[in-house]
Amino acid sequence: MRLHIKNGRIVDPASGKEGAGDLFIADGRIADGGKADRVIDAKGLVVAPGFIDLSARLREPGYEYKATLESELDAALAGGVTSLACPPDTDPPLDEPGLVDMLRRRAKALSRARVYPIGALTMKLEGQALTEMGQLTDAGCVAFSQANVPLADTQVLWRALQYAATFGYPVWLRAEDAWLAKGGVSHDGEVATRLGLPGIPPFAETIALAGLLELVRATGAKVHVCRLSTAGAVELMRRAKQDKLPVTCDVAVHHVHLCDMDLGYFDSLCRLEPPLRSQRDRDALSRGLADGTVDCLCSDHTPVDEDGKHLPFAQAEPGATGLELLLPLTLKWGQAQRLSLAQTLARITSGPARILGVAAGSLRPGAPGDVVLFDPAAAARISPETLKSQGKNTPFLGYELAGRVRCTIVDGNVVYEA
Amino acid sequence: MDRNPQLNQKGELQHLLSIEGLPREILLQILDTAESFVGVTEREVKKVPILRGKSVFNLFFEPSTRTRTTFEIAAKRLSADVINLNITVSSATKGESLLDTVANLSAMQADIFIVRHESSGAPFLIARHVKPHEHVINAGDGRHAHPTQGLLDLFTIRHYKKDFTGLTVAIVGDILHSRVARSLIHGLTTLGVPEVRVIGPQTLLPTGVEALGVRVFHDMRAGLKDADVVVMLRLQNERMRGALLPSAQEYFKHYGLTADKLALARRDAIVMHPGPMNRGVEIDSTVADGPHSVILPQVTFGIAVRMAVMSIVAGN
Repeated sequence: MRLHIKNGRIVDPASGKEGAGDLFIADGRIADGGKADRVIDAKGLVVAPGFIDLSARLREPGYEYKATLESELDAALAGGVTSLACPPDTDPPLDEPGLVDMLRRRAKALSRARVYPIGALTMKLEGQALTEMGQLTDAGCVAFSQANVPLADTQVLWRALQYAATFGYPVWLRAEDAWLAKGGVSHDGEVATRLGLPGIPPFAETIALAGLLELVRATGAKVHVCRLSTAGAVELMRRAKQDKLPVTCDVAVHHVHLCDMDLGYFDSLCRLEPPLRSQRDRDALSRGLADGTVDCLCSDHTPVDEDGKHLPFAQAEPGATGLELLLPLTLKWGQAQRLSLAQTLARITSGPARILGVAAGSLRPGAPGDVVLFDPAAAARISPETLKSQGKNTPFLGYELAGRVRCTIVDGNVVYEA
Repeated sequence: MDRNPQLNQKGELQHLLSIEGLPREILLQILDTAESFVGVTEREVKKVPILRGKSVFNLFFEPSTRTRTTFEIAAKRLSADVINLNITVSSATKGESLLDTVANLSAMQADIFIVRHESSGAPFLIARHVKPHEHVINAGDGRHAHPTQGLLDLFTIRHYKKDFTGLTVAIVGDILHSRVARSLIHGLTTLGVPEVRVIGPQTLLPTGVEALGVRVFHDMRAGLKDADVVVMLRLQNERMRGALLPSAQEYFKHYGLTADKLALARRDAIVMHPGPMNRGVEIDSTVADGPHSVILPQVTFGIAVRMAVMSIVAGN
């Protein structure tokens, strides 16, 4: 299949180029020109590399009642996400090569978005014994992580980083001190005090992050810090990067828009991990993402069924659906920060591509033929009916958000049109 | 979700979930109505027909004797039918969800649900899912709120002090875990008390508690100085030893109310406690049983206040 996309506004965050032009895709790759089997008129649309999401839970294996590969990969395409990394907190966790292999085969057979499994760093995510990282890498794991399960034993953390550093395996971790966070469900601040919710202090993140950065210094492990939530963590990352430590970080798209005030009257849709923090933290994350301290945005897509959310706040299952909201929420953030479209989209294309170590996320000739066409002005009201994800759980229900995907192309094939 | 979930479209009390967010007028309406019921509770025939034919479900997901009993007495004095459900030993242990339990009881024609739950915000969840003619009264949710206790404390203070606008009220002890303290603080600030103090060690004070409109004291003697009202909070047994406090004895040394500490308060100060008391832990017996104590009248007033709340939300 050879495609010719014309009349669109081409935005390539990798090169910073932005302007009217034609885009050709041939044999699954971005091409220089040539004859096409199909011409797509992109008048009024932005043509950009497909989005790359560093955290999307597909819920398989084990939680098929919450979501399936089919439903979530459909949601990915509807959201313009052409590559995604899935965390290992499935049931059983992704700690065994056979499981990873099966997941990759299932995803490949569906020929939708590209799925990059993140392997478990420790067996059963229990934080005691290391997984067979070499064999898991052979099976297709791109990095190793504990998902949201704390690794309390710092001896194990140290050894895991040493081992991963030996072979150059990337380690993706959240920074949260297990003891300080124990029992907490919300940001430890005035809102939690008013609502009587057990809090997680911001220093649960900064203490863990400071420790983690020291271990990076000691081991040389390549660490990606997932889902920053505090102003203090942004500051620590800024200094770590100045010191040239091999570290990167991301923030979930919810955390640059919402804060603890949004909990309102115990809205369990705002029960997230890490918790929504103060306005000051939210603004620092937003600015850190704009100035490059934070490398990219992710959806942290976590479909939860209704029963999991129809519970008192503390008992409600954490997480929000996000694949289909990644684009509109990224655009909203970029607008607020007065960034160009190329700069904005870099946070969900070239930025995460660099961390994932893939050639996607770029429109230069030869790059993978993963492209998205979207209307940046078309607004839609977010409702359970319009979401393709099996999870309807998002704090943005009822919001009018601009940015609708019209066409998603993976590997040179049109896989979604609306 | 957007509207105050406690009020109906006319701005009247539909559910009582928290004192926070209630207008001063509604607080005063409850206190004034309670005043009229104090007489009823002292009569020989202690019943009025305000809730005749209505069903009140006591839904206690957390064990309680005292609060449940006072709600039961209050409902019966209003001529309601009262059904007590001890959920900790029935549905919850069989895996039925909170909302399923409520839907089932709703099908049995309930008018008022009195809810106690260990999780903050649970009554808000229930209130969002009940039918329009049903009312939810929060009888204590997690650390969040215990509005009828707060109201009976306000009633007691008004009874003895008449006017809120010149008072200094000191609340002593485990503010962190206390729904009673949170409810009372909101009530006091709404009714114009100029100085609300909280007294305790850092480990028992929640982060940013000043934002509730209180002054923080760690030294009990300084905090009690010239107080008109002293509210002692219960210290749960499981918190007496551990990371929050070293021992009950040491707690008493710093924060136990003794006659000599009380002497720093105003001569006519009243001493309150939501019960049940730990004598010798947070309060000395000589104070608990002394002339300043209004701990037993609080219990009596609690019935009148709960009658008032139920009659206002669901009265004929």
